[in-house]
Amino acid sequence: MKYTAHINIMPLKELLDPQGKAVSNSLHNLGLTNVQGVRVGKHVTMQVEAATADAAEKTAHEACKKLLANQVMEGFELTITEG
Amino acid sequence: MKFGIIVFPGSNCDRDMMHALRDDLKQEVVMLWHKDRDLSMFTKDDCIVLPGGFSYGDYLRCGALARFSPMMEQVIEFANNGGKVLGVCNGFQILCEAGLLPGVLLQNDHQKFTCKNVYIKGESTENLIGGHVGNKALRIPVAHGEGRYHADAETLKKLQDNKQIVFRYCDEHGEVHINSNPNGAINNIAGICNEGRNVFGMMPHPERATSDVLNNIDGRAILEALTHMN
Repeated sequence: MKYTAHINIMPLKELLDPQGKAVSNSLHNLGLTNVQGVRVGKHVTMQVEAATADAAEKTAHEACKKLLANQVMEGFELTITEG
Repeated sequence: MKFGIIVFPGSNCDRDMMHALRDDLKQEVVMLWHKDRDLSMFTKDDCIVLPGGFSYGDYLRCGALARFSPMMEQVIEFANNGGKVLGVCNGFQILCEAGLLPGVLLQNDHQKFTCKNVYIKGESTENLIGGHVGNKALRIPVAHGEGRYHADAETLKKLQDNKQIVFRYCDEHGEVHINSNPNGAINNIAGICNEGRNVFGMMPHPERATSDVLNNIDGRAILEALTHMN
């Protein structure tokens, strides 16, 4: 079966996110002064060939832990869909 | 004793490092391609250097992909067997991603790439480099966008207790304070070593400060330290 893993990787809440801060300042310059707390992360999608959704999730989880996210600085969450 | 410098796709300080070691320090230098996997010509007395640059275009995270280069497997084994390893700038980031050093290098707090001379000071004499440079303030250039060292509280305490902090950013008089910190690094940390004291990582570039022609030789003592036995 083919599954797609949808992965969100975000900087840990307790860490300063300079990229988010810069984007936040630009949004304020646009006049959107009611916007706050911008944080910028990554969205990764990948197709996984696996027997079950659980097996696909296990593979995606391993990919996140070993390469896609560095858990000293980032957290991740993932969802699996068919196809 | 000889040095091996690993060239990754996107390394751009590998030649600077070669000139500093070969021409200024008169050391034997071997250039190593990241796809090779042979370090058999190196012994524990030798030193492998991971140079600065933008390996793999800094894709995903700085150093994250270089960590999986075939040569890095050999470097990890070499380090675990007690061989000396130095990572400068991107090399430091790769060592952190490879798990040879604790912590991580985050984007600078001021959001800008910083390229200037800074001062750093040896924090402890209980490592090869610190023992050689003493506690004099050294003027060394930095050039990075992601140099803000970070580690969790527990790791920091361990680094402190084990005296693994090698360099802190300071002013020209050797005073460590927030104004002398070029990137927001926690506790002004500019360089660390592992528990075994054979793996070193630092953001400033000693190889850019070893020549009279460049009017700065403060980096010489740092690289010279690695020619000594651990």
